[in-house]
Amino acid sequence: MRLLLVAVASLALAGPAAAACPTVTDLEGKFICPTCKTTLDQSDAPAARRIKEYLAERVAACASEKQISDELVAQFGPAVLAAPPREGFHWLAWLLPLVGLLGAGVVVSILVWRWSRSRPAEATAESNGRPPLDPELERRLDRELARFDGN
Amino acid sequence: MTTRLKLGAQVLAVALVVGLFALLVWKVASEDEGASRKLQRGETPAAPAFSLDRLDRPGKLSLAAYRGRPIVLNFWASWCVPCKEEAPLLEAVWRRHRDEGLVVVGVDINDLRGDARRFARENRMSYPLVFDGIGETSTDYGLTGVPETFFVARSGKLVCERLQAGVHLEANRERFDECVQEVLSA
Repeated sequence: MRLLLVAVASLALAGPAAAACPTVTDLEGKFICPTCKTTLDQSDAPAARRIKEYLAERVAACASEKQISDELVAQFGPAVLAAPPREGFHWLAWLLPLVGLLGAGVVVSILVWRWSRSRPAEATAESNGRPPLDPELERRLDRELARFDGN
Repeated sequence: MTTRLKLGAQVLAVALVVGLFALLVWKVASEDEGASRKLQRGETPAAPAFSLDRLDRPGKLSLAAYRGRPIVLNFWASWCVPCKEEAPLLEAVWRRHRDEGLVVVGVDINDLRGDARRFARENRMSYPLVFDGIGETSTDYGLTGVPETFFVARSGKLVCERLQAGVHLEANRERFDECVQEVLSA
């Protein structure tokens, strides 16, 4: 029991520390090589290799991801980020795809609803694929059938 | 109502496609081809202006500050091996011709500031150095890599040619001297 408590306590203490110290692997996909314009994990260009070394140095010093990101943006500008930051005008890049998806969902829902509403009417009108009878013809048919039933 | 709705949707879709196409055309048309392409065609375009942080001292350096002086404009980075090899030659040219007004300007691109300063110190680069971490000037000049060297006449126009790869290399050495002479006499 005591062992379990120790394990839980050490996990709880290790949790925030691990979150504060990112790994180089975590970070390589989040930054762009300034010369080849791909993420660092996909690039072996000299500039990318140097930035990876820099990441390793900063990770060893336990710098936070935000800190490292700010430092790289100060050196290379916001183009070094693989994804736009979640602030100001950059929110558009995050929100527009969601708005598009929602809009498409609404349009599809409306179309499906209209289509499903028109189906029963169409089915009645078509009556097994044949056009509806002319009212006069229908009345005549009723009369004939009634006469037939009377015999 | 349905017909009007359908028509509205069609108009909206066509307008969206036309708008995106117009955006593409505008982007392609407004994209600058870079000064090097004009130079290659035999034109003498104005050297794209810049104002960048200095690496060798505090403050900024603007290219316009050297208007009226011949300039050898060298783009480099600390992670670039040929940049290290050509640095002594650029330093020698700067020392030899600075009394004639020539200035060598080194533009460090796509680099870490600390690395660039260390590189300059180790290679004893005493000519003016600026830092362009973002590499904005590389687009204006139409760079394809580093090192690359341009020559700016007293008039502020690019002359001679753009030398790709190290100026110390056999393929560039003679042409480099010719361009230095041309920019001095232009």
